[in-house]
Amino acid sequence: MDTLINNLIASGLFGPHPRYDVVAAIVEFVAGAVVFLVVAMPFAGIVTWLERRVWARIQSRVGPNRVGPQGFLQWLADGIKNICKEDLIPAEADAPLFKLAPYLVMLAFILPWSVMPFSSSLILADLNVGVLFFTSVTALTVVGVLMAGWASNDKWSLIGGIRSAAQIVSYEIPAGLSIFPVVLMTGTLSMQGIIRAQGWAPQHWFVFANPFTFIAANILFISALAEGNRTPFDLPEAESELVAGFATEYSGMRYTFFFMAEWGNLFLIGALMATLFLGGWQFPHVTDNVVAMNVLELIAFNVKVLAVVFVSMWIRGTLPRVRIDQLMSLCWKYFVPISFANMIGTAVWVAIWPEGNAFMGYLMFAGGVALMALFVARVVHYVRRSRMQLYFRPTI
Amino acid sequence: MSTFHTEEMTLNMGPQHPSTHGVLRFVVRADGEVMREAVPDVGYLHRSIEKIAEKVGYHGFMPYTDRVDYICAMFTNQGWGMACERLAGIEVPRRGEYCRVIAAEFNRIASHLLSVGTMGMDIGAMTPFTHALREREMINDLIEELCGARLTFNYMRIGGVAWDLPPGWREKALAYLDHFDPILDEYNSLISYNKIYIERLANVGVITPEEAIGYNLVGPNLRGSGIKWDIRKDIPYSVYPEFEFDVPVGKGEWGALGDSMDRYMVRIREMKESARILRQALTQIPPGPVLAKVPRNFKPPAGECQVRVESGRGDMGWYVVSDGTGYPWRVHVRTGSFAAMGIIQKLSKGLMIADLVTVIASLDVVAPEIDR
Repeated sequence: MDTLINNLIASGLFGPHPRYDVVAAIVEFVAGAVVFLVVAMPFAGIVTWLERRVWARIQSRVGPNRVGPQGFLQWLADGIKNICKEDLIPAEADAPLFKLAPYLVMLAFILPWSVMPFSSSLILADLNVGVLFFTSVTALTVVGVLMAGWASNDKWSLIGGIRSAAQIVSYEIPAGLSIFPVVLMTGTLSMQGIIRAQGWAPQHWFVFANPFTFIAANILFISALAEGNRTPFDLPEAESELVAGFATEYSGMRYTFFFMAEWGNLFLIGALMATLFLGGWQFPHVTDNVVAMNVLELIAFNVKVLAVVFVSMWIRGTLPRVRIDQLMSLCWKYFVPISFANMIGTAVWVAIWPEGNAFMGYLMFAGGVALMALFVARVVHYVRRSRMQLYFRPTI
Repeated sequence: MSTFHTEEMTLNMGPQHPSTHGVLRFVVRADGEVMREAVPDVGYLHRSIEKIAEKVGYHGFMPYTDRVDYICAMFTNQGWGMACERLAGIEVPRRGEYCRVIAAEFNRIASHLLSVGTMGMDIGAMTPFTHALREREMINDLIEELCGARLTFNYMRIGGVAWDLPPGWREKALAYLDHFDPILDEYNSLISYNKIYIERLANVGVITPEEAIGYNLVGPNLRGSGIKWDIRKDIPYSVYPEFEFDVPVGKGEWGALGDSMDRYMVRIREMKESARILRQALTQIPPGPVLAKVPRNFKPPAGECQVRVESGRGDMGWYVVSDGTGYPWRVHVRTGSFAAMGIIQKLSKGLMIADLVTVIASLDVVAPEIDR
């Protein structure tokens, strides 16, 4: 970023003697807008399409396949439709809060992109508290959701909002505690620092570093699902109970904002998992060309993120929803104590093997591969068995 | 020391609510997530079907019976047909009875598939619903070939059925049954034995056997509480005595006896039994006519009769009073869903709001059947 700014100043684009901080501000503003417009928004849209397709395959349906190749432009059509719709505000609603809520949720979705480590150079701001910033701003969602629930002046929305607040606040704790093991091992909160501490090979990823980080990775993933209102924790908008939860009274573009944020949050879940536990953008050093290297890293990062996103879609297509008391007991009775134990365990581990235990890494990686193979075999078995064999064509 | 005051909230659930299965309405008094009471409010789907019977005559009422319970219209058809036959003393040909049983049992599987699928959807899992409907679609295709309709069948007539099985239909039906048995296992492994699913259903909405009898529950809801009562076995009608089948009852395997999981599992197991009956019926079906000779101007002698059929939602009673004219003097249908609605108020005390949805789904309430 610094080189870019210096180059820009040298090029004389901003006059003969521009102030460094002004140029930096302009550049960062533009870069932020570009990341948001070019990456974040379309990604949220494309994920809706991807989710609907994946979900449809799981449910033995076809899914959207009309707009564009394989229905790829469906999200664009939906977006345009929603922009054209009437922005309805109920007469009894608290209008200012009602209008503000979607923007807050959107803000909570956009801000984390500023510390998103796409590759070794592609990062908007490599804050030294990157992970902390990431988790803090995503927690802003709760304000928007609660505001939406309250301002709608609708009892179903209110229940949805309160549920969401309870859920997100509770699951912040195990999620935060599951980040600690990684921080303990690297000694930094910076996204790039954490990624640089890992290697490109799976046995150097933190998920396989020791048994505690493996558990932490799982807890973080589940907690992130809960924070992102994903099945099996989609209680705030539990369709069959609360109509549409906090978004019941919303329509048009404001409704789209909520759901864009929700689907975009999938990417954030994946990015957090990839950064902390799956080696981020790490890629073997195959070329000295910086641009090519960055592109390869970008691809590696996105592949990892999409893998996590796919798993969460798969979970959504498979599992039923838990009840609110079960949700809370899962968090407070199991996740929080386990996370604390994890933290202490990692601390002890780091004290014994400050440089990490390579043997354990290989062992756990082998274990992970074996588990995966078993899982794949099972899936293949079920896919074969459940293939549809019969089709009656009505003759009348 | 100040006391912590909580305020009760009155929630209006329905008649337009995604999980009230049609137009049901509940007035829920809730303290946060915990319900104090859920009072069902019925009558949004009342279409005076019983009164219509007095105006359209015996033959003409048959299509209306489809609308009493459109999820298992074969049973309402059969109930009306049997009531009229008993009034007039008409003997249905054996092949006609077999056709009725085959159609009805297919309909029972379809009805239970829908119930089980929506159960999954109400719990929050969307996939079981589409998988269940996929199997149900095939049954719909089969029945469409049989009688030309997919939902409101109007297949049966007074004195038998409208059409014989079309050529090649028997083989298709048997092929479907071969396909269906493993599907049920797949379905079980997908949803029934899922940990979250069992957690959501077990010990929720427990109905003791005494309560089940006291509230006049019927069908799978009654059997879920462990009471072995099936009209097909206990007051046999049609050709059911010729078939071998079991009556599955709830055993409280996952929680208390008579919880939602028991009712759910009774439906799953009943589908297996229905498939068993169908196999026997399709292999044993005798040749012959399917429709007895019934005068077009059907005038049963004055009198009254009550017939009971075991529909997908349980014991369905048809009470018909004839005054000797071409129009029934009074018709009354006793349905299972209406009885099931009665117990919801009692079950709902102290449950979570999310559990109300579970209880409604596990009682398999169908809105048109409540109000007729």
